[in-house]
Amino acid sequence: MPLETDFPQGYEKRDFRVVGKRPVRPDGIDKVTGRARFGADTVAPGMLHGAILRSPHAHARIKSIDTAKAEALEGVKAVVTRDDFPIHDAVKEDRGLLDILVNCMAREKALYDGHAVAAVAATDKITARKALKLIEVEYEVLGHVIDEDLAMAPDAPILHDDLGYDYGKGKPSNVAGRTEIGHGDVDAGFAAADRVVERSFKTGAAHQGYIEPHACLANIGADGRGELWCCTQGHFMVRDTVTQLLGMDVSNLRVTASEIGGGFGGKTAVFIEPVAVALSRKAGKPVKIVMDRHEVFRATGPTASASLWVKVGAKADGTITAADALLKYQGGAFQGSPVDMGAMAAFACYNLENVRAVGYDIVTNRPKQAAYRAPGAPMAAFAVESVMTELADALGIDPIDFRLKNAARDHSKSSYGPTYNEIGLVETLEAAKATEHYNSPLGPNQGRGVACGFWFNFGGQTAVTLNVNLDGTAALSVGTPDIGGSRASMCAMAAEELGIDYDDIYAIIGDTASLGYNDVTDGSRATFASGLATIQAARQVKERMCARAARIWGIPEDAVKWEGGAAVPSGPNAGDHAPLSFRDIAKMAGETGGPIAGHHEISAEGAGPSFATHIVDAEIDRETGRIDVKRYTVVQDAGKAVHPAYVEGQFQGGAVQGIGWALNEEYIYSDKGVLENAGFLDYRVPVASDLPMIETVIVEKPNPGHPYGVRGVGETSIVPPMGAIANAVSAAAKVRATEIPMSPPRMLKLLRENESAAKAAE
Amino acid sequence: MTKTHVTTTINGDTVEYLCDPQETLLDVLRDRLGMTGSKEGCGTGDCGACTVTVDGEIVCSCLMLGAEAEGRTIGTIEGMAEGEMLHPLQRKFLDHAALQCGICTPGILVAARTLLERNPEPSETEVRYWLAGNLCRCTGYDKIVRAVMDAAEEMRGRNHAA
Amino acid sequence: MRYEAPTTLDDAVGLLAAEQGVAKVLAGGTDLLVAIRSGRLEPDLVVDLKRIEEMTTVTPEDGGFRVGAAVPSVRLGQHEGLVAMWPGVVEAAGLIGSTQVQSRATLAGNLCNASPAADSVPAMVAAGAKASIVGPNGRRDVPVEDVPAGPGKLSLEKGEIVASILLPGKPERTGDAYLRFIPRTEMDIAVVGVGAVVTLGTDGTIEAARIVLGAVGPRVVVADKAAQALVGTKGDKAAMEALSQAVSAACTPIDDKRGTREYRIQVAGTLAKRTVAIALERAKG
Repeated sequence: MPLETDFPQGYEKRDFRVVGKRPVRPDGIDKVTGRARFGADTVAPGMLHGAILRSPHAHARIKSIDTAKAEALEGVKAVVTRDDFPIHDAVKEDRGLLDILVNCMAREKALYDGHAVAAVAATDKITARKALKLIEVEYEVLGHVIDEDLAMAPDAPILHDDLGYDYGKGKPSNVAGRTEIGHGDVDAGFAAADRVVERSFKTGAAHQGYIEPHACLANIGADGRGELWCCTQGHFMVRDTVTQLLGMDVSNLRVTASEIGGGFGGKTAVFIEPVAVALSRKAGKPVKIVMDRHEVFRATGPTASASLWVKVGAKADGTITAADALLKYQGGAFQGSPVDMGAMAAFACYNLENVRAVGYDIVTNRPKQAAYRAPGAPMAAFAVESVMTELADALGIDPIDFRLKNAARDHSKSSYGPTYNEIGLVETLEAAKATEHYNSPLGPNQGRGVACGFWFNFGGQTAVTLNVNLDGTAALSVGTPDIGGSRASMCAMAAEELGIDYDDIYAIIGDTASLGYNDVTDGSRATFASGLATIQAARQVKERMCARAARIWGIPEDAVKWEGGAAVPSGPNAGDHAPLSFRDIAKMAGETGGPIAGHHEISAEGAGPSFATHIVDAEIDRETGRIDVKRYTVVQDAGKAVHPAYVEGQFQGGAVQGIGWALNEEYIYSDKGVLENAGFLDYRVPVASDLPMIETVIVEKPNPGHPYGVRGVGETSIVPPMGAIANAVSAAAKVRATEIPMSPPRMLKLLRENESAAKAAE
Repeated sequence: MTKTHVTTTINGDTVEYLCDPQETLLDVLRDRLGMTGSKEGCGTGDCGACTVTVDGEIVCSCLMLGAEAEGRTIGTIEGMAEGEMLHPLQRKFLDHAALQCGICTPGILVAARTLLERNPEPSETEVRYWLAGNLCRCTGYDKIVRAVMDAAEEMRGRNHAA
Repeated sequence: MRYEAPTTLDDAVGLLAAEQGVAKVLAGGTDLLVAIRSGRLEPDLVVDLKRIEEMTTVTPEDGGFRVGAAVPSVRLGQHEGLVAMWPGVVEAAGLIGSTQVQSRATLAGNLCNASPAADSVPAMVAAGAKASIVGPNGRRDVPVEDVPAGPGKLSLEKGEIVASILLPGKPERTGDAYLRFIPRTEMDIAVVGVGAVVTLGTDGTIEAARIVLGAVGPRVVVADKAAQALVGTKGDKAAMEALSQAVSAACTPIDDKRGTREYRIQVAGTLAKRTVAIALERAKG
């Protein structure tokens, strides 16, 4: 393929025709008219309704399960329990898969309030719910633990007899693992400091709070083959996981991703899908399971809660000499909290000679955590950014200047090991400093906070197909579910590359049988990796079109080049031929060699990290402890904003999720370990009237690893808010807030204690 | 189980159905009538994704029995566009990128339409409080509020011209 | 479950009285449907009041207004006479849930859900509202505070319905107000609620006051001592401080997911000052 060298893999500066504009998304009309089909919006002939019985106990041995009465109920077609989920070989060898299996259906023990213990399929929803009440489960209630610090105590109830980092000295423990990153000599660094600040912090467990509950429809035939429709961030992951858990051949299950009503990481795991497939297999009919909101909170994957300690020392001029952190994350009833990523992200914004972060992964009687937007990073950043501002204040240095002095820069060594390529943190800090917001006056009882944030970003396995149609339009099939408008960006990149109109590309999410494997839409990877693959597939289309033109003209392939959206003769011996447009060649495809398509399959590397700086003004009501966010600005590096409106949307959405986590969202447990706020009434996500407009500044420092310079932007935006708000609130309250959420009772208590302490000091 | 027979008007059409007495209007719309544009986000009236109009007032269809719809006039997202002609709110939501995942969008559009019928010139605060019962987890509401304000402005201009 | 939508009050009472199993009244349904859906409640009969004409109207009576049990909150806010007379009650009803919930939720339903945190109840009690209860043995009028017997419990006999609520005429130079504390700006259940009514003498001195607290005990609390702290004063700073302390002293709250005991006691005092300040402004006219 002689033309391949014309298309470099890396970034190349260029003028864009489509990229950077704000066209209407291809799935837009379906979504404003109610036509779009989400997880729960489909049916199959003869379909049954599934429902899941869940443990009312935080920790209990399941002594027996009697399903006879439920099975006898008219309309019940199948009941499944742990006995229907044998441990197949693939699962036996893989602790991660075993954990997923046990999470989807409890075995010896129920490990949290809401843990699935049985499921039924019946002819209608009312019968299914009635059947659940007829299942008799005998429990032996065990002691439970839900707090990460208490779970590490020597006398804590132990969840798993076969788990425990050597912390337990040979005994099982709730500490599943330890991680450590860093370099230099931290002790020497602190010894060289003029000022040291250290503090401890806590953060509550938040839920992604996507508005669409998990839903799926499984349809397995008597031959063991079938289909699964579900809302997920990764249907290939669903296929591979479900088939391995249930002992099926991977090729025997075709999974189609529905439109997805929000995920934020929470739909990167399976919960109900293996259960629906097992029920369908047993009943011989299609089975639909739709979670209700109560189940979503109790039995999907909230994020970890955390207990944190951070210490940072600096010279009088603001140069940081050492930074140290200890992070304890509980990730629910199974190992795998995102503490490793928390430790890596903690100091990623800083260029440090001496740095260390140690993390413990802890299990508790809570639902198994799932990813939540930049998993693990926001908690660590909250603690680190709080200490950074406190240290800047103590040194009398502006918090942005302090960060600029110590910021990670192009080609500096990251705190977690690798050396950065070109990165945009400094640019975001400088842009933040120049905003009107940062230079505006504050009102009474108000404080201003800033914080920085980082996310690694991810590339991963990606496959796309681009099919050219006879009328000169093109169908683009990608394998990363569109969770926030990514199809619009794919169409823009394909149109940019092919030189055709944006409206002439139609993008769909292909099912698992029609594309090669695609990793989950996570790690802010869809626009980066599927975009990269789309560009390469489009380049392949152009090569093939040039070959067709060569054939039509009867000249060698290397005498044709692609220019201005058309094949043109190139070089001294090409001859004189009128350019053939994309549309011309598409029309003649049938008689010039058949269909024209482009493919690209990669494991994408080079997803440059995205950095951000946030500014927030908060006001505190000193009599009630209530905090009001008055003004908020997000400044973030997008590399190149393919569709700036959706980039802004990611900035705004992440910031507001961070605001919710900072102020009111948290899992609240009773003393029995039962989740008390499993609904949107008392799990308080921000409502429209809680918020100001979220101002945005898009910084564009090209990512050298992408042809257009694109960086993922989805996750970084949730990393700074908790720290920024804590800094604003602490300035307004004149006392350091160290617990998230900064709910009114917690803040009023802090204010009163501070007043008492001040009086005592007088 | 004895079913209840209901005759009602949905998006201008007379509709008859049988429903179980405890079925909600949302269950009826989605499961019996195949109108899945109204979404169930919570089933408790806390998220607004199932918003429809009943006799001109917005309600959560999950908080109303299907049987209660007898003789009422119901409006859903499926009735918002007139054929190929989108409602100005629908167009402005697309122009402003006021949706990401789109699950809350039908409920927000139905609620916003009623607001603009009552109050053609709402302030930002009025829009925010009117929509406080419609949760959106993707957008942070910024672009939604802008789209509603922009649609209101366009509709005022059009009414003025007429 | 059976669903009935009678068109007369007699039929409704008859249906409820005759039901052997669990019978429930459906007004707005915003609490009832949630309870049914969650499985907490499995009624055998639900009686919808919205087809009974007298239950759907607001009518002037004795200088005040009678509000039918099926009148949704949204209609109260649209009723100019009611808004002018008892703005605090209307605002309290306007805080129940979202705009969508406002289209359904009713004063009588808010009362009969018997939650100590119901927003409209402290405001109604402060205003001296009476519930008109109709049952197999006829009609009786009781102060609204006597309808709930405790969280989720009513003092009604089998077959009885709260048919309407009478908001009495407002004395001269009288103002009312209701404020609640919630963590967000909307959509929450009150952590503390305070209803206040004050009546001024011609010289501007407070002649009478009623202070009623929500979410700080098993039922609403009529804080007489707090009201007395205001009477004879002009609502100056010292009186407000005394009010605040008396309110805090009257609270007997619990710790729960919405707030701690200590927090509720502190905030109730603050909120009472803010509520009375609004009521005073309204009393001055």
